[in-house]
Amino acid sequence: MKSLAELKALRDKARGDMGMREDAPDNTRIVVGMATCGIAAGARPVLNAFVNEVAKRGLKNVTVSQTGCIGICQFEPVAEVFEPGKEKVTYVKLDADKAQKIVVDHIVNGNVVTEYTIGAANAAK
Amino acid sequence: MYRAHVLICGGTGCTSSGSQKIQDTLAAELKANGLEEEVAIVRTGCFGLCENGPVMIVYPEGSFYSRVTPEDVKEIVSEHLLKGRIVQRLLYKDSVDAESNTIKSLDNTPFYKKQKRVALRNCGIINPEIIDEYIAYDGYQALGKVLTEMTPDDVINTLKASGLRGRGGAGFPTGVKWSFAAVQPGPEKYVCCNADEGDPGAFMDRSVLEGDPHVVIEAMIIAGYAIGAHQGYIYVRAEYPIAVKRLKIAIGQAKEYGLLGKDILGSGFDFDLDIRLGAGAFVCGEETALMTSIEGKRGEPRPRPPFPAIKGLFGKPTILNNVETYANIPQIILKGPEWFASMGTEKSKGTKVFALGGKVKNTGLVEIPMGTTLREIVEEIGGGIPNGKKFKAAQTGGPSGGCIPAEHFDIPIDYDNLISIGSMMGSGGLIVMDEDNCMVDIAKFFLEFTVDESCGKCTPCRIGTKRMYEILDKITKGQGTLEDLDKLEELAKYIKANSLCGLGQTAPNPVLSTLRYFRDEYIAHVVDKRCPAGVCKNLLSFTIDPDKCKGCTACARKCPVSAISGTVKQPHVIDQSKCIKCGTCIDTCKFGAISKK
Repeated sequence: MKSLAELKALRDKARGDMGMREDAPDNTRIVVGMATCGIAAGARPVLNAFVNEVAKRGLKNVTVSQTGCIGICQFEPVAEVFEPGKEKVTYVKLDADKAQKIVVDHIVNGNVVTEYTIGAANAAK
Repeated sequence: MYRAHVLICGGTGCTSSGSQKIQDTLAAELKANGLEEEVAIVRTGCFGLCENGPVMIVYPEGSFYSRVTPEDVKEIVSEHLLKGRIVQRLLYKDSVDAESNTIKSLDNTPFYKKQKRVALRNCGIINPEIIDEYIAYDGYQALGKVLTEMTPDDVINTLKASGLRGRGGAGFPTGVKWSFAAVQPGPEKYVCCNADEGDPGAFMDRSVLEGDPHVVIEAMIIAGYAIGAHQGYIYVRAEYPIAVKRLKIAIGQAKEYGLLGKDILGSGFDFDLDIRLGAGAFVCGEETALMTSIEGKRGEPRPRPPFPAIKGLFGKPTILNNVETYANIPQIILKGPEWFASMGTEKSKGTKVFALGGKVKNTGLVEIPMGTTLREIVEEIGGGIPNGKKFKAAQTGGPSGGCIPAEHFDIPIDYDNLISIGSMMGSGGLIVMDEDNCMVDIAKFFLEFTVDESCGKCTPCRIGTKRMYEILDKITKGQGTLEDLDKLEELAKYIKANSLCGLGQTAPNPVLSTLRYFRDEYIAHVVDKRCPAGVCKNLLSFTIDPDKCKGCTACARKCPVSAISGTVKQPHVIDQSKCIKCGTCIDTCKFGAISKK
């Protein structure tokens, strides 16, 4: 390392990897159901897809975490998105590709992916 | 990219309570569940809550698990990390909001709420063995700022304006110390770090070195730039193996990144750093003895002046600061002296780290703004005194300090207030004592320590402390006289006035402060031949109350010297000439028939 600029670049990169260690109650939270029902339906690739997509885009103030059974096992894998000051959005029957799209459309651009939501799934019945 | 980070405390406290085993088990369990690519294990420095160790935090949830055992790890992996269900029974209970049953931010728990972490800011947050994690939290940015934007004078003026005073105990203004060395002619000057933490019960510096070694390295390079030195030495005791190991790793990584060595960050400034291991002599924490030891000679002090800033290591201008002092400096450079001076009291700025120990619920490491009261530290952060006992005194400053009695419980802690009540800040050991502690015995304990650790170079310290110890020993054995108390005070005065170095000059303090505040206890030992706290064995006698004794024979069977006799179902008696006052009978008796007084 031979300059301050190099040091700053390294800091910004390293900081991104450590963001989750900060207490951030105002973050947007993506919570994936990871109970037995969720895991059986394929929640782990979904969870990892969320984590990787958020990391790849270097999104700040977004936390991806997991929770237990949400109670709608027939719709697993399920993920819920909590944005501060907004109503939560529940996405159902997810896979890795859908997770990626949710990050791009909803988290980055602010457009809820209506077709994946529980409302859409119920309407289709 | 990991979806969860598991932080495991790798400080000495948690390592002793088994955190390495926890880490190994966790690694194996993650592998068994195929999670090793998804969950990162981070071994950090001390979180501070040593009482509840081994501790572990799982992010992003921020779940703080305490007293984790290897058996618990399996459950944490299968429930929390795999299925997202937090293991409620292992959560540190103060971190759970009782009403909503949700996890509070750690900053809102009673232990952390009143703390302000400056020197400890990275401890328990980063992995000290990875330089990138230090850099992520603005590590080496202060060095970058100093080398590119500031002159050496700017650095010294910043420190002066911040009001930072030496955290090793005496509280000399750091900026002033640096300015003395800076004006000396070069080119050969040295920067030293005193990591020879020797007070019994103190572990602040060790925790900084274990949890955030790079902060010390960064500050020492800054010091080198400010005074015009190109070589530094960290003097650390060999009894701190984890700290030494992490320091070595950190120095290696800093060299690899070009942050130590030639032409640092393209500025043309060169600085190198080496470690010197001490063998654990208390006197080597004294600055002149420390430098003599670095030179490879026997660690003995020499008279001052000349002060180290004029003639120090190898006879060259040298500055010597304590670990915690250095740990504050990068933050002062980055956030400005006004920020630092906004914390604390009029003459003591910033924060102070204390190793909280003794009769207190939350034993551990705390960092508080100067001016916090002793009551806040003991009752709020420390969680009070266990078993409903009453606070009697707090000992600060180790063998050089004194006892603060309950009447000064509300005194704001800073350098000058502590001196005014006959104690001192010291390096930060804070030992809490309750009604079961005998103050004469405490004074004797510290004197025994200084007698052992006196280097013997000067007579007042070598012989004087020994004589004081003998008088104290006499008193605790019930053979003291009132004249002995006067002799103690007289001796103390001469030792303080005539000793060569700080060790002897402060050694009588524990005796003087206990004599000042607890003279009645000394009188009880001397006149009534009684130890009010029930500690001094020679002054105790154990007796069996014949009305309460059921003659169960349990005590007689447990007594190691067969001093108790009696027939079954008849009251027993203790033979005072045989009794060794071990207390086993009291612990054995189910009827509360045995008492000591």
